[in-house]
Amino acid sequence: MIYLDSAASAPLRPQARAAMRAAWELAGNPNSAHAHGRAARALLEDAREALSAVVGASSGEIVFTSGGTEANNLALRGIAAERRLVSAVEHPSIANIPGVEVLRVGGDGRVGLPGAPLAGALVSVQWANSETGVVQDIPELAAAAHGAGALFHTDAVQALGHLPLDFAGLGLDAMTITAHKIGGPVGIGALVVRRGLELCPQAFGGEQENRRRPGTVPVALAAGFAAAAQTLNQELASENSRLRGLHDRVVAGVRGFAPQVEVNCSEPCSPAIVNLTFPGARAADLLLLLDREGVSCSAGTACTAGISRPSPVLLAMGRSEADAAASLRFSFGWQTTADEVELALAALERVLRVYRGGRA
Amino acid sequence: MKVLAALSGGVDSAVAAARLVEQGHEVTGVHLALSKNPETYRSGARGCCSLEDSHDARRAADVLGIPFYVWDLAAEFDRDVVADFLAEYAAGRTPNPCLRCNEKIKFAAVLERGLQLGFDAVATGHYALLERSGQHVRLLRSSEAAKDQSYVLGVLTQRQLAHSLFPLGPVRSKADVRAEAAERGLFIARKPDSHDICFIPSGDTAGYLRERLGAKVGDIVDAAGEVVGQHAGAFQFTVGQRHGLRLTVPAHDGRPRYVTAVDVERNVVRVGPASALAVRALRGIKLTWTEAERRDTWRGLAQWRAHSEPAGAVFSYRAGELRVELDHPAYGIAPGQAVVCYEGNVVVGSATIAECEVAGC
Repeated sequence: MIYLDSAASAPLRPQARAAMRAAWELAGNPNSAHAHGRAARALLEDAREALSAVVGASSGEIVFTSGGTEANNLALRGIAAERRLVSAVEHPSIANIPGVEVLRVGGDGRVGLPGAPLAGALVSVQWANSETGVVQDIPELAAAAHGAGALFHTDAVQALGHLPLDFAGLGLDAMTITAHKIGGPVGIGALVVRRGLELCPQAFGGEQENRRRPGTVPVALAAGFAAAAQTLNQELASENSRLRGLHDRVVAGVRGFAPQVEVNCSEPCSPAIVNLTFPGARAADLLLLLDREGVSCSAGTACTAGISRPSPVLLAMGRSEADAAASLRFSFGWQTTADEVELALAALERVLRVYRGGRA
Repeated sequence: MKVLAALSGGVDSAVAAARLVEQGHEVTGVHLALSKNPETYRSGARGCCSLEDSHDARRAADVLGIPFYVWDLAAEFDRDVVADFLAEYAAGRTPNPCLRCNEKIKFAAVLERGLQLGFDAVATGHYALLERSGQHVRLLRSSEAAKDQSYVLGVLTQRQLAHSLFPLGPVRSKADVRAEAAERGLFIARKPDSHDICFIPSGDTAGYLRERLGAKVGDIVDAAGEVVGQHAGAFQFTVGQRHGLRLTVPAHDGRPRYVTAVDVERNVVRVGPASALAVRALRGIKLTWTEAERRDTWRGLAQWRAHSEPAGAVFSYRAGELRVELDHPAYGIAPGQAVVCYEGNVVVGSATIAECEVAGC
C-alpha cells in the first residue's frame, strides 16, 4: 500500500506519537490551579513556545484551535474588517464564508491585489495551494495589502513544513496552521495572531487562550503538534530537497508514459504536491483503478457524499470542467520514499493502459 | 470475477453484495448519486439517494470489507430518467421511471463504465433469476413471486444480461433476506423497503408534475361530453385513475367513474365507467428483447405493471411493432406503461404501450 495523499492528512510522526503518549499520562486540566493542572499547563505552554519558534512568532501570538477550518473562520470572522477579500483558490473554510469578495487568479493560479485603496479591509490568500501546490508571493502580497491600508491573513496549512514561515519577519497579521498535514495529530491547529490585533472569539465559553478561543485545549494534541513541527524544522532544508526530487521524478516519470499530461503548477510550487491533468480521462475512475493497485491519491477535494466534483481551484484557474474533472493530486510527506514513488509510477502506467484499452 | 455491486443503502443490495463476496468474487461497492441536491435524511420509505442512504451503503461496504465509491450520475439521471418522466406525462402518458433507470443508468451508464474499468459484471439486489448456458443468458422471474422484479428488468438486452448478476434471485422471502442481513452484521437489516419514485420523496406525483409542468386548469368530461369537473392539468392524470378527480356533477347511475382518456392537446380529461377501461389489445413500440428478436406469433403472458397479475395473450411482432391480444379484457392499462412479455417464467422482452384497444368500442 502506497500513500501519496499526505496533503489530505500525513501519517503521524513517531516524535509526535511519543510526545502525546507522555502527555496523555497527565490527568489535569491546564486551567486548574492545582499541581495536576499546573503540570498540564506547563506542557501546553512548552508546546506553544516550541511551535511559535518554528513559525517565527511569539508564544502569546499562538491561539490553539481544533484545526485549520476553525482557525480560518476565526481569522476571517474574528478580525474586525469592513471588507474581506480572498483569492479565488482558497480552501472552503474561507471560500464559503458569507460576504467575502473574491480576487481572481490568473491561469497560473496566482493572485494580485486590486490597485484601489483597501483601508479597513482584511485580505486573505492561501500560501501554498492544497490542490495544485501553487505558492503565492506572500511577502509581496502582505506588503501590498499593508501599503493599501489592509490587514493580511494567510492560510499556511500547506506551507508549514515545506516553506520557511517567518510570521514576524514578514509582518503578517494572522496565519493559519494545522498539525495533521505535517505528521502531527488530527484535531489541533492554530491561528497565529499579531500581538495587539484584536480577535473576537467565535464561540461563547470560557476565557481560555487569552479570551480568544473558549474551550479546554487538548494538551496532548498540542504536544504532538509541537513535536511534529520541531522535527520538521530541524530538517527543513534537506527534507525539502528530498521532496523536490520526488516531485520532479513524478512529473518526469508520468511524462514518459503519458506525454499529453499537463502539470497544474508553474514554479514556485510546493515540493510536496503534484497536480496532473490527464486530458479525456475521468479522475474518479483513475483513482478507483489506482486504489485497486494499492496506491492512494486524490482527485479534487473530498466532499460529504464522497462524490468528486470538478475542482473549483482548477476552474478558477480557467481550466475547463472536463480538464478539472480529469486531474489527480499526488502529495508527499515525511514518510514517502523514492521506492514508493517508483512503484506508484509503475501502477499509474498500468492503470492508464487498462483505462485506455478497456478490458485489458 | 471482478464485480461492481450497486449499493443503494438498502438491505437487498447489501445482501446481494455479501453473497458475492462469500462466493469469492472480487467485489467493489458503488453507490449511485442520482440527485443533484440530495436530501440529508431519508424520509420514511421513500427516496433512495439521500446522504443517509449513501452513508448506509458505505457502512455496508465497510462490514463486507470491500472498496466503496460514490458515482455521481445525477446529470445522466436527470437527462435520461427525470426529463423522460416529465416529457411522458406532459404527453399524457404514464411512464415507469424505475424501468428507464435500469435501461439507461444501472445497466447502461454504470455497466459501460464498469467494463471500461476492468469489471466483468454489475450486481444489484433485484429479485430475478438468471439462467446461464454457455454464452447465453435467460432472465426469469424470482422464485419469490411476491417480490419478483423481473418486470423492471424486462428492458435489458442479452449483452446487458450477460454482464449482470442478481444474487437474490434464488431467495425464499424478503424476511429471509432480512434475517440473512442481520446474521451478516449488516445494521440495515430492518431498514424499511423503498417504494414509489425515488426523486419524488414527498410521494405527491401530481404536485411534483404541477410544479414542473405548470398548473393548467381544464375540464373533466364524461362519455356524453358533459363537463363534470375541473382539473389543474390533464398531464397529471393516468388512465384507470379513480381517486383525486373531485367530480362536481354526480354520475347518472351513481357508479364510480374512472379516467378513460387524457387529452393533453385539448387539456381535457375524460371519465367513464369501468367498462370503458376494458382493454382487449395493445400496440407496443420501442421493443427490447432479452434474447434474440422474435419475428413470429406466439402465446405468452403479458404484464403492464410491476406487480400486476400476468395475463394470457397472443403476441405478434411485425414492422417494428408488437401487437398483444389479451385472452380476457383487462383493466388499468395506460399508454406509456411498459408491457413485458413472458413465456412461462421467462422474460422475452418489452415494449412501450402506444395505444390500447378498448373492448367496448
